[in-house]
Amino acid sequence: MSSAPTMPTADPAPRGGPVMALADWVADLGAVTIRWVETLGDMSLFALSTVSWLMTRLPRRDTLVVSLYNIGVLSLPMVALTGTFIGMVVAVQSYAEFRAFGFETRLGAMINLSMCRELGPVLAATMLAGRVGSAIAAEIGTMRVTEQIDALASMGANPIQFLVVPRLLGCLLMIPSLTVMAIFMGVVGGAFYCIYILNIDSYHYWSNSQQAVANWDLFYGVFKSVFFGAVIAIVSCYRGFHCAPGAEGVGRAATAAFVMSFVFILILDLNLSIALDAVHDTIWPRMTGGAL
Amino acid sequence: MTIDRETDQPFLEVSGLSVQFGSQPVLRDIELSVWRGETLAVIGESGCGKTVLLKTMIGLIRPTEGHVTFDGKRLDSLSDKELTHERGRFGYVFQNAALFDSMTIAENVAFPLQQNRGLSADEARDTVVERLAEVGLPASILEKKPAQLSGGMRKRVGLARALVMKPEVVMYDEPTTGLDPIMSDVINELIIRTRQQHSVTSIVVTHDMKNAMKVSDRIVMLYPLARLDVHEPQIIFDGVPAQINKAADKRVTQFVRGEAGERLMEMREQQAVGR
Repeated sequence: MSSAPTMPTADPAPRGGPVMALADWVADLGAVTIRWVETLGDMSLFALSTVSWLMTRLPRRDTLVVSLYNIGVLSLPMVALTGTFIGMVVAVQSYAEFRAFGFETRLGAMINLSMCRELGPVLAATMLAGRVGSAIAAEIGTMRVTEQIDALASMGANPIQFLVVPRLLGCLLMIPSLTVMAIFMGVVGGAFYCIYILNIDSYHYWSNSQQAVANWDLFYGVFKSVFFGAVIAIVSCYRGFHCAPGAEGVGRAATAAFVMSFVFILILDLNLSIALDAVHDTIWPRMTGGAL
Repeated sequence: MTIDRETDQPFLEVSGLSVQFGSQPVLRDIELSVWRGETLAVIGESGCGKTVLLKTMIGLIRPTEGHVTFDGKRLDSLSDKELTHERGRFGYVFQNAALFDSMTIAENVAFPLQQNRGLSADEARDTVVERLAEVGLPASILEKKPAQLSGGMRKRVGLARALVMKPEVVMYDEPTTGLDPIMSDVINELIIRTRQQHSVTSIVVTHDMKNAMKVSDRIVMLYPLARLDVHEPQIIFDGVPAQINKAADKRVTQFVRGEAGERLMEMREQQAVGR
């Protein structure tokens, strides 16, 4: 015979006192840490599975072309526009300091070097995470909520192979071009502002830039961007796959995809910069004295 | 097709199956066998775990305990790729059809053929038109998007898509829910016709008794875990449709007749507590 449902027992009387508050705080911190470690582990397995499917079978041409178009071509205008403005903003912010030392003509070296090594890749990645990452998470999240992912799996298609691999390839293949575009437009924007608004001598502006920026610096930015692209695709797809039910779940997945991607981009940025500098110093031991 | 339950091996077998989401158990120690050619209806009230059982049977949900054996192979022992291959032998009709909304109807129905047999859209077209005709849909809807169709049409497209690979097992998740009585009967007839034409094994999850009585030759009733004691089995009925009206268990007969029974009393008690 059936019995009444077993209801979860309510929390006993509220606890009080600073010791208990501290204990609660430690417990909460522990719970958050465990959740983060679990998510990180789960996401790593998700990434491994994606790489394994990437090695097994490449996506269909039409699926990949759509992905490349959505991720690369449609992001290009926004990346170009923001790149231009960042180049000009850096010129505005640095001009006074450089002028105080009589170094105006060295502005180009500083702007172009920072665009190549740091601002270009991070800007392109941020734009991609905001424009494409959130959309990926929302699209896959909606597919999860409406059982379309289960439908894929039930028809002998692996959802990771069908949904994640093309998006990962799209991000990996397109982010270097977007980064180069952000760098180029940043260089153009900075040069335009310095030469035409601040009236800095163009010959010295460009010759100082040429001395300061080497091929390595361009490689440095583009190399980092590939990792950013991978992290955006994996994090966004993962958030979509683990979307909670309902419209609220989809919204949260989209926001979380951007926030999480951005955090990972910055963590990766720091670590890759340290690693690349170490590689540079090993190959070409640093001379004393700065480039600027 | 006659089924000998004593000597034949079950086609699909669920053993000691438990499923838990976080701290919430949904299924507990389920034992269920389905024989080739059988049409099994799984009934039960909303939230009792019917859909979870169906999805676990096809490997879409991993069980917390126990395992599912399909045609002699344990699903949990298969790799991701082997499981993906085995799923090609199933057809699954989703509750809300789960059509891919970025694709046209033609692309939706052709999807399994393109995915599993590498056919192009043109090569798959004849089969797609044939399957749509089987479920009573005209070729004029081929280029439409799922959002442009009614609920009943979407469900029939879902059925056509599930049948396009000529599966050995077809699983129906609430096939008549949300449909008008006429369309519900059309779907019932399609389930019966599919079984006759393609000799498939069918599992129908439903809470529509008319649907269960009409299409199945065996009914299993699941009861929500939250309403059971720890040692009570979750399957409270397993028999032919003719027996279900005469079941000794009051919970079964109440469900079949659609009587709220003591639930009304519980609701009033909860309302009183709420005040």
